[in-house]
Amino acid sequence: MSAPFGRRLCEVAGNRESGGYRVFSLLDREGPEPRPGQFYMLAAEERWEQRGARPFLPRAISVAETGAAADGVRLDFLVEGVGPGTERLCELAPGERVWVNGPLGNAFREPREVSPGAAGAILVGGGIGVAPLALLRRRLAERGVALRVLLGFRERAHSGGLELFCGAGGDLCPEVRLASEDGHAGHRGYVTDLLAAMLAGDDAGSAVVYSCGPPAMLEAVRVLCAEHGVPSELALESPMACGFGACFGCAVPKPEGGYLRLCVDGPVLPGESLAEVPVHA
Amino acid sequence: MPDFCGIQLAHRVINASGTYDAIAARRVYGDALLADFPFAAFVSKTITPEPRTGNAPRRIWETPAGMLNSIGLPNKGLEGFLAEDLPRLAELPVPLIVSVMATGRPEFSRLVETVGGREEVAAIELNVSCPNVHSGLIVGEQPAETEALLRALRPLTAKPLIVKLTPNVADPAAVAAAAEQGGADAVSLINTLKGSAFDPRSGEPALAAGHGGLSGPAVRPVALQQLRAVHAAVGIPAIGMGGICDGADAAEFIAAGAALVAVGTESFRDPRAGSRVAAELESGRPAGALA
Repeated sequence: MSAPFGRRLCEVAGNRESGGYRVFSLLDREGPEPRPGQFYMLAAEERWEQRGARPFLPRAISVAETGAAADGVRLDFLVEGVGPGTERLCELAPGERVWVNGPLGNAFREPREVSPGAAGAILVGGGIGVAPLALLRRRLAERGVALRVLLGFRERAHSGGLELFCGAGGDLCPEVRLASEDGHAGHRGYVTDLLAAMLAGDDAGSAVVYSCGPPAMLEAVRVLCAEHGVPSELALESPMACGFGACFGCAVPKPEGGYLRLCVDGPVLPGESLAEVPVHA
Repeated sequence: MPDFCGIQLAHRVINASGTYDAIAARRVYGDALLADFPFAAFVSKTITPEPRTGNAPRRIWETPAGMLNSIGLPNKGLEGFLAEDLPRLAELPVPLIVSVMATGRPEFSRLVETVGGREEVAAIELNVSCPNVHSGLIVGEQPAETEALLRALRPLTAKPLIVKLTPNVADPAAVAAAAEQGGADAVSLINTLKGSAFDPRSGEPALAAGHGGLSGPAVRPVALQQLRAVHAAVGIPAIGMGGICDGADAAEFIAAGAALVAVGTESFRDPRAGSRVAAELESGRPAGALA
């Protein structure tokens, strides 16, 4: 189902701290349920280019989780304040309103769509990039897909969103394994260490790998999957002014030359379609 | 109902070239885009004789009240445009204006003759912010180059020719007058202002190309003054643009002499900004600068 044409105001339904990040929720009364991997262009109604400065453009944020709300869909977003736009989103207070355009972009394909023989899914998330994998994990689990989830964080101060991977009881889902560079949780090292060990095992060959995270991590995931002949679905990030194909800012090089637009051709791209994951500052 | 060079329009708001991809937007929003099309006419992205992939990223950078871009005119080239894009653009419920650019006179002529010969096309906008390969000069920065180009192109089509003026000159009114002298039917202004920014983390230019074009509300006063000067210098109609976000902004451009206004960067923030600006302009919603 298409996104409603244009932007709309959605009320902030909550905003909580989460391991150095924030999780805020919007109540969307008009849009369809988003699919995992899709994103929204978000801008606060107030104090957004009100003084003729920054933030000026809306920010592209992928949806982390959804839920039924009284008369619409609750959309949860995981954000880290790293600049004027994301810092403003981190401050959103319940009752404020946000301009919303979306859901935009494609979505993660189901394992069977990626590979007819796929027997399961391995989700690999890093830092703020764990966000779209939370919704994906729940949707795949609801469909009975065999799942393993690997989440990596730099340090305790940047380790938010874990509660999005918790079951009803509040405990981390049993299929989740953690890695942290400072060793505060799980394996001390990179999340891709866990993936490498898993792909080296004899039972991972029929899996599809789904990943989102910093470019260096995504590139490591892409290379590992290529080495093991495992298909991957990578959710990328890029500077983006519009989100609907108008600005041509989110160019990602194609191996055969030329560029695709991440907003309308992505943000999820098959790892096999990339020569390398581009580094966007 | 506004009449622009003989083209009947439902209102006075169109899009700035290169700021709206109606084909991509239809993929995203479906036919709701057609039912509620934001612009009274649609201006295509600039078409060049041969395909262009565009510039390497990074291509955009947010600035105070605006943004820099260095996209590099990616397009399918004339043949690709005619085969793939023109049929889709002809399905839009509004007149189509096609923007064209070439670096040589014969190629520019071929574009104008071919595009002008298509019944789906209501008018042609000439993007003259390009070098003349023979003289090395940017055509739109030189009154004489601009007039000579128009004299060459004018006989090739009966369709209205709109010259997109660059703001990166000392005297845009002189270029506008030369365009009129050469046979242009209208001018549109402003294109983006040359600008640069540096990434504070690296100390390097923020855009891969080193510089780009500045757009958004930051450029609005510059656009209004250039429009005033151009309007005073020519008798042909002007399409005014530069940081228009709402009806009050558009009213300023009308007051400065614009026959039509165009919305560009604001569409990135609000995909329906065109129809919103048109409705606000119609209703005369007042908003003083100090309100």
